[in-house]
Amino acid sequence: MLSSHNINVALIGNPNVGKTSVFNQLTGLNQQVGNYPGITVEKKIGFCKLPNNYKANILDLPGTYSLNASSIDENVVIELLLNKNDKLYPDVALVVTDVENLKRNLLLFTQIKDLEIPTILVINMADRMKHKGISLDIPFLEEKLKTKIALISSRKGTGIEELKQLIVNYKSIPKEPCLNASVIDEEYFETLRKTFPNQLLYKLWLVITQDVNFLNLDRNEIRNSYTKSHSDLKRLQQKETIKRYQFINDVLKEGLKIDTSIAKDFRSVLDRVLTHKVWGYAIFFFILFGIFQSIFEWSKIPMDFIDSSFASLSALASEKLPAGVLTNLIAQGIIPGIGGILIFIPQIAFLFMFISILEESGYMSRVVFLMDKIMRKFGLSGKSIVPLISGTACAIPAIMATRNIENWKERLITILVTPFTTCSARLPVYAIIIALVIPEKRVFGIVNMQGLTLMLLYLLGFGMAIFSAYILNKILKIKGKTYFVVEMPNYKLPMFKNVAINVIEKTKAFIFGAGKIILAISIVLWFLASYGPGEKFKNAEKIVIEKNQAKPLNTSELRNAIASQKLENSYIGLMGKTIEPVISPLGYDWKIGVAIISSFAAREVFVGTLATIYSVGDSNNDTTIRNKMQAEIHPETGQKIFNFASGISLLLFYAFAMQCASTIAITKKETNSWKWPLGQLLFMSSLAYLVALIAFQILKNRI
Amino acid sequence: MQTTLNTLKKGEKAIIKEFDVDAVPLKLLEMGCLPGNVVELLQIAPFGDPLYLNINGSHVAIRVETAKEIEVDVIENN
Repeated sequence: MLSSHNINVALIGNPNVGKTSVFNQLTGLNQQVGNYPGITVEKKIGFCKLPNNYKANILDLPGTYSLNASSIDENVVIELLLNKNDKLYPDVALVVTDVENLKRNLLLFTQIKDLEIPTILVINMADRMKHKGISLDIPFLEEKLKTKIALISSRKGTGIEELKQLIVNYKSIPKEPCLNASVIDEEYFETLRKTFPNQLLYKLWLVITQDVNFLNLDRNEIRNSYTKSHSDLKRLQQKETIKRYQFINDVLKEGLKIDTSIAKDFRSVLDRVLTHKVWGYAIFFFILFGIFQSIFEWSKIPMDFIDSSFASLSALASEKLPAGVLTNLIAQGIIPGIGGILIFIPQIAFLFMFISILEESGYMSRVVFLMDKIMRKFGLSGKSIVPLISGTACAIPAIMATRNIENWKERLITILVTPFTTCSARLPVYAIIIALVIPEKRVFGIVNMQGLTLMLLYLLGFGMAIFSAYILNKILKIKGKTYFVVEMPNYKLPMFKNVAINVIEKTKAFIFGAGKIILAISIVLWFLASYGPGEKFKNAEKIVIEKNQAKPLNTSELRNAIASQKLENSYIGLMGKTIEPVISPLGYDWKIGVAIISSFAAREVFVGTLATIYSVGDSNNDTTIRNKMQAEIHPETGQKIFNFASGISLLLFYAFAMQCASTIAITKKETNSWKWPLGQLLFMSSLAYLVALIAFQILKNRI
Repeated sequence: MQTTLNTLKKGEKAIIKEFDVDAVPLKLLEMGCLPGNVVELLQIAPFGDPLYLNINGSHVAIRVETAKEIEVDVIENN
């Protein structure tokens, strides 16, 4: 575990160099994932046993191309490396590089060296060297770069033991920088050096140029006396980058040889097909289709299993535990609440598996490249495509997946519109209402009307997401340069271990993050449905018996009648009655009102609530919920409650309404403000209400 | 007439000349997009944007609006 006796090791590197694979190789499953305080950047720490009884805390820092930060993830790297008092401040830094991209990867390495931290250069993907005709002069590189080099392959697991030995001997690694970057403006750096004689020059430079929190130096003082204009600073940064590349080029000219006659390149062939204007899109949609099919197909069995297990667990609890309020809470509140969370595990796990495979293989960057122009018309980025796809399973992981969109406006719009995509929680609601109000007919002899309706609802959700993005893009006045730089990594076969660890972590984060909220709300709902104010609730039994004195009921009829009386007068029943005037223009009665209120936390609760409500007051247990709902008559109009007009109105309401407490919570977390989730809630709810109202009012006279 | 990066044809190589530092993201400079380096246009996305480049050994995609800011000298292919 985290201990101050352990060697602190920081893993630093560009994205797509296999840094996470190195982390997994060093630590196995011995990892802890948390957040940096106040921000939602993932903090991954692992523990590693080293030779000679040494131990290490391995910190996996977010991937970054340089120490010039452009996102909160990258800020984390700089803040840690500038703060010697941080308890995770590294004793030794491992800069992970890809042998095929060594030139670019070394830029970051030379910057880390300037901070005078002992640094090991880890050259990964050594297994591809032969294939690519690459040879390295390791002793020469070690001398010029003033470091120790570990040549490893995280895929094959080679070189890891040697790397561990290097970590143990970290004290022998030279600390001095490998080039002098201050020559870019000697006069300026000389004054800086004189004014702050005790500070590292490169540190001062980072404090001046970066927008990071830094405790030990009074940045205002530094800034005021040494401010240059923004473009002057940027020009200096450009000079610095050129300087570093000159040094790297000189070193690699001697140290790295590539025999291009050996190199084989599948990349260009694959690229040609995957980004083709016809095949590219065809393959993309084929892959998407395959993913949806398998998510729904493969999840069905485990989901049914979880569902029935919790139902029997609930029944077991009420049977075995002593009767009382606590047992009711456990059997009817807590157990179904937990079940309601766990039932999404199969879909979420499969979804993350597919996304992880698409990302690991390098394909996702090609999709981003393909879709950027189209998405930009709607104020989105090519990178928005990933969240919009994930949203069809669940909006929560989808919103987390917006993090790699650099432009804040594009990212914010993506977060705000993602909940419109038809998530898996809407499916049960759609299924039951479609079955009730859409005739099971075929048009043109082949197309099933019910299936067609479901497909239209999916398209409607996606269309509304794109349309809202278009509107938001016009409304939101957020400045910020749109910039879009996507690395197109090499194609790789996904590694099972990386995919598995990723799936486990993400699923865990979902269960414990969103799960807490869903569980809390289901407990509250149980209380509201089980208690009520006044005599009508308390004396439900007496009232029902008195009412039916003329024609006494049998036991089960009586039980149902009492339950019905209780529900109607419980807190939630009264809430349903209270909102009835608001929802009756949409064609709903108070029972649907109750279902809407109770499904505020999670949409799928709608079906369960209606099932409970319509189960009561009916002695014929063989009748299915569907038939009972079908038979329900409005007391005033004498029409069926679930008719075509109210059914369409309900479908539209559920398509647009923001009924997901977890999505609100994650939007709050990702945007760091209540403004956006509340705006999202208000916009989606009013839209849902309006559309449902219009649909019902138009359709009601046509029945 | 000055040639900018967005006017390259697919498969064409060029040497990066000067550009306005303020108009180009620093991240692109760090990827190796610096004066003197060789750039090759590998693919153009459908609808003409973004561009898929090999800059000094780094494979990156950027939008046309950024590519317009970067002046280049085309290397003639014999």
